[in-house]
Amino acid sequence: MKKLLKIFSLLLLICSSNTFSFAAEKVDYLKTDWSFKGLFGKFDRASLQRGYQVYTEVCASCHSMKYLSYRNLSEKGGPEFPEDQAKAIAASFEVMDGPNADGEMFARPGKLSDKFVMPYDNVKAAQAANGGAYPPDMSVLVKARGGGVDYIYSLLQGYEEAPSGMTLDDGVHYNKYMYGNKIRMAAPLSDGLVEYGDGTTASVEQMSKDVTTFLMWAAEPHLEARHQMGFKAIIYLIILTILVYFSMKKIWSRVESEV
Amino acid sequence: MSNHDYRPKSKVGQWFNDRLPLLTLANHLTDYPTPKNLNYWWTFGGILTFCLITQIITGLTLAMHYIAHADMAFESVEHIMRDVNYGWLIRYIHANGASMFFLAVYIHIFRSLFYGSYKAPREIIWIIGIIIYLLMMAAAFMGYVLPWGQMSFWGATVITNLFSAIPLVGEGIVTWLWGGYSVDNPTLTRFFTLHYLIPFLILGLVVLHIWALHVPGNNNPVGIDIKKPSKDTVPFHPYIVIKDGFALLMFMIVFAFFVFYSPNILGHADNYIEANPMVTPAHIVPEWYLLPFYAILRSVPDKLLGVVAMLSAILILAVLPWLDTSKIRSAVFRPLYKQFYWILVADVLILGYVGAMPAEGLYLLIARVATAYYFLHFLVILPVLGFKEKTLPVPLSITEPVLGGSPNLATARKKESKIE
Repeated sequence: MKKLLKIFSLLLLICSSNTFSFAAEKVDYLKTDWSFKGLFGKFDRASLQRGYQVYTEVCASCHSMKYLSYRNLSEKGGPEFPEDQAKAIAASFEVMDGPNADGEMFARPGKLSDKFVMPYDNVKAAQAANGGAYPPDMSVLVKARGGGVDYIYSLLQGYEEAPSGMTLDDGVHYNKYMYGNKIRMAAPLSDGLVEYGDGTTASVEQMSKDVTTFLMWAAEPHLEARHQMGFKAIIYLIILTILVYFSMKKIWSRVESEV
Repeated sequence: MSNHDYRPKSKVGQWFNDRLPLLTLANHLTDYPTPKNLNYWWTFGGILTFCLITQIITGLTLAMHYIAHADMAFESVEHIMRDVNYGWLIRYIHANGASMFFLAVYIHIFRSLFYGSYKAPREIIWIIGIIIYLLMMAAAFMGYVLPWGQMSFWGATVITNLFSAIPLVGEGIVTWLWGGYSVDNPTLTRFFTLHYLIPFLILGLVVLHIWALHVPGNNNPVGIDIKKPSKDTVPFHPYIVIKDGFALLMFMIVFAFFVFYSPNILGHADNYIEANPMVTPAHIVPEWYLLPFYAILRSVPDKLLGVVAMLSAILILAVLPWLDTSKIRSAVFRPLYKQFYWILVADVLILGYVGAMPAEGLYLLIARVATAYYFLHFLVILPVLGFKEKTLPVPLSITEPVLGGSPNLATARKKESKIE
């Protein structure tokens, strides 16, 4: 049994040491308390709703979110807007549909089943409108960046004056958390940029936190279900392991040998 | 071996068994005499079987929803993650399952190295195992390409380009592998086909691996031949079944932590960016389980020789039973080998570490030294050690290791009488 514990702890050690490959690019990101971290982590519903507001009023003018549908906004584990509200949100967008019976394409108000309407028709159009840089799709953005939510949260607040001696091209901005410190996107947030319906003060910090929470949900819409199931699964496994351990002891007591 | 004149009790059973002796096989598997001193390092064979079955089942389910097309693969994976019922669970089990599979296979291989399980009469088991390991690497590599993220695309480009190192025909082979002049849709569809095929080849080889094992029976921590069945053995069922089951449950707890609480930690963030042939990622790194070989590849300045070194590093294992000249199996009775064994373990871990780092400066130097030592271990140290090493006395049986007997019966008897 002692040996087994040794192996088990070695396993955990090996597993945890696998994270070393990320250690190479460690930057000190700004820290904040994320409600969705940890064994029981859940999204802060109000923060998700505010985050959606920031996304749709600020980010969505350049960044698409092509893997999300309007119905997701009212689904369990997400911002959980009431269905009527999600319907109203969808209807506020114009969706190209068709062809109809006459072979014509036509515009209609969005429905819950529609995917988020994209700000540009294609990548080329997005680049043309943004000085050659393509604003990345935000559906899985937090999973596509090494620092994850901390990186996005920091980047949104990382705009500074370029240090002396550093020359920036036209349309390039200095950001201390960006890889290479040069970013095409101008500082997207400023205090009071949006007006929160729930009375929360829309500071840059607050908006960064809200929109990052929203992006985390967008990338992992089933995070809450995953955490809940994980806890149950592991408890179940631990209990079963204990039962099997005692059964094993009983069975092996018939022979002169250790387990 | 177990009882071959087994006869089922029921008439129907006898009728069936006379025509297809499946019940005899089942009886053989349950009665199979197993050394009773097997420690927990021996439970990874069962764990690996579990890993393979898990990968096949989750893989089949994913294949029902995945679309192998360069324009749709990435989107179909997101569809699985968002809209397929429990798609996120199935995909995370499959993706982390690959890492768990390799973790288990490395423990399994190093267990064999420590206890000399590859030595006569078990060479065929070992060689089949090496073939399984090679196929696992191929399957894992091609599976990593399927989500069609940036690391998928560029990993595929780097690895397939290795074949261009072959003189004269290299370029032609690469074009043939790609099905075009770059990694593209034809590459993705053939990788998907092969990724689907290989697990079943592995399954077949696993059957052979176990069949070959059941001829001489298990090696054991003492590394001596034992009489079967005897008081040194226990029947596979229930003794080994419950012990393997217990170890498997412990393993599943670790597995579950990854799946439910850090499902993406073993992957690379860049693979959540859709493949883009126009943008090369800053660092192209393979999955962690291939890193030691990646380090060996990069430590050789010449491309062709690098590929040769990387392949030799794996293939050298196939001739290991003949490189190791020592008659004693278990490292427990080989004081010098034991030390070299742990140095080798450290060496491989170091190779894995530098494989993840940029190939420059100190990292490159460390990679070169570690690569040289890797080959030194197998080509020089092991053959020489067999002749030079003074081994400890080996016990006569598992039940009486306390007597400290030697294979020489006379000396053992003498010792016994002294004790009395």
